[in-house]
Amino acid sequence: MPLLETRDLTKTFGHVTAADRINVSIAEREVIGVIGANGAGKTTFVNMVTGYLKPSAGSILYQGEDITALTPRQVTRRGICRSFQVPQVFMSISLFDNLLVALAAAEQVHPNFWRPLRQRHLLDAAQEIVARYDLGAYRDQQVALLPQGVRKLLDIAMAMAHRPRVILLDEPTSGVSVQEKFGIMEVVMGALRETGVTVLFIEHDMEIIERFGSRVMAFVEGSILADGPPSHVLADEQVRRHVIGEELHRSRRSERGASHA
Amino acid sequence: MMATLLSLLRWLGALAAMALLGWLVPEWAAFLLTLALAKGLVVLGLLILWRTGLVSFGQALFFGFGGYAVGLLGGYAGLSDMVLLTALATVGAGLLAALVGLLLARYRDIFFAMLSMAFSMILYGILVKTELLGSTDGFNVVQPTFLGYAPQGDTLRVMIYLWTVLLCVGAAYGVQRYLESTMGQLAPAIRDNELRVEYLGVSVVRIIYVKVIIAGALAGAGGAITAFAVGHIDPDAMTYWTVSGEFVFVTILSGTGSIAAPFLGSILFELIRTYATQYSPYTWQMVLGSSLLLIILFLPNGLWSLFDRLRRPARPGL
Repeated sequence: MPLLETRDLTKTFGHVTAADRINVSIAEREVIGVIGANGAGKTTFVNMVTGYLKPSAGSILYQGEDITALTPRQVTRRGICRSFQVPQVFMSISLFDNLLVALAAAEQVHPNFWRPLRQRHLLDAAQEIVARYDLGAYRDQQVALLPQGVRKLLDIAMAMAHRPRVILLDEPTSGVSVQEKFGIMEVVMGALRETGVTVLFIEHDMEIIERFGSRVMAFVEGSILADGPPSHVLADEQVRRHVIGEELHRSRRSERGASHA
Repeated sequence: MMATLLSLLRWLGALAAMALLGWLVPEWAAFLLTLALAKGLVVLGLLILWRTGLVSFGQALFFGFGGYAVGLLGGYAGLSDMVLLTALATVGAGLLAALVGLLLARYRDIFFAMLSMAFSMILYGILVKTELLGSTDGFNVVQPTFLGYAPQGDTLRVMIYLWTVLLCVGAAYGVQRYLESTMGQLAPAIRDNELRVEYLGVSVVRIIYVKVIIAGALAGAGGAITAFAVGHIDPDAMTYWTVSGEFVFVTILSGTGSIAAPFLGSILFELIRTYATQYSPYTWQMVLGSSLLLIILFLPNGLWSLFDRLRRPARPGL
């Protein structure tokens, strides 16, 4: 039985079809890269799987259980966690406190109102995450003051605090400089590999997709154009025309933008 | 172990110091302290909501409920024990908060503030229009007894004060524990980013609901003590929206940096009001307003931030 499966998953916004009968089957421990131009339906797919958006039609099965109607909170409790394109972290408190809150929330279904948050085992666990994600230099800094790349790592680390079986990363390297991208992905993937979690990550950089993905899904106009090993998908004529071509234009545009800046 | 002992000693010290203060100050000041501490309880509840990014303009609902619970149970059920009546008023106000909280916990920002005020004004309207509840005149509250003991005169005043101090220190300890717990520490998290809190598997509505109940119960306790201390209750003094506004005023004045802040702020507020009314009877509101303005200008995080600044001098470069 697949770990996660979608059947004819569809999402429409008025006359626009953002996701069109998406059928996906994901096995345990797969690392799947998702590619596609802006508006291809990648984030809509992630939003539906994690309960943020309710599908217009179709279903989502997790370990055989229908989770289509579940809320983000319920999906998280089932073991499917996510990070966001714009990191969703707690800006007014320190990085370490962000992790503490995430760890405590993972541990307590109904957060305790009497026992202190700062317990030895949570402090140790948070410190371990700080070390694993190479965040030591920022440990006690207020998150609002941290660079985007660090916030991205924190966002992912917080999602992983639940020890999920599936994690969905929405553009983990967006907004991060080209020089930092690989470094961040090395840290993230290294940490995720240790846990054996199943990973689905949205990415625009084909080098990153090739290097870290064991499987690639290419989205075009709300549908999956190709799905398979990176060597096959990235060499596919249709994918090169509709997805990678767009991405090349996109990256050239951004490079030009960067050089003009 | 050592830290626990020190913490216990600190709390007992606070209790003893506050209790002693009641003996040392003149009668009028002890009365003022009792009122200030009772209202400090309400502000303590507001502090819990404030840290979550919520401002309630309707705490007078629970404050008034607490006061009227004491008055009605004393008048109609023949109860006079202050400990029992305060407990009943607190639990009753908590239950009322549990009821209105079902709706309140789903709203944020100005909608939360206005909805809470609307609920308090409904109670005000009911009280004003109901003869049985004393209408606009209100009614007197029974003289309290303490576990069968019925003190008189100065002893009664001292007993009310001591019970108030005990309750306030107990409530402050409970709130301190709560604020340090996972649920308490989720307050800034909710204020910053509700979406992430939900994606951590935590129900934001449930957390806020609990906070509304705690704040309501504390306001009920404050109302009960005020009713006993003043000896009279009426809608204008207990449930009108300006009473809620006063609690918000004191919260801004105090700051939310510590559980001691609401009590200190409340004492300062009562002192300013008392002296302003005495020396400037026609412009005392202006004095209060000016005080708040100065606090906002020079201590935007409230009076307590002054203590924070003294304890943690600014680091160079920051």
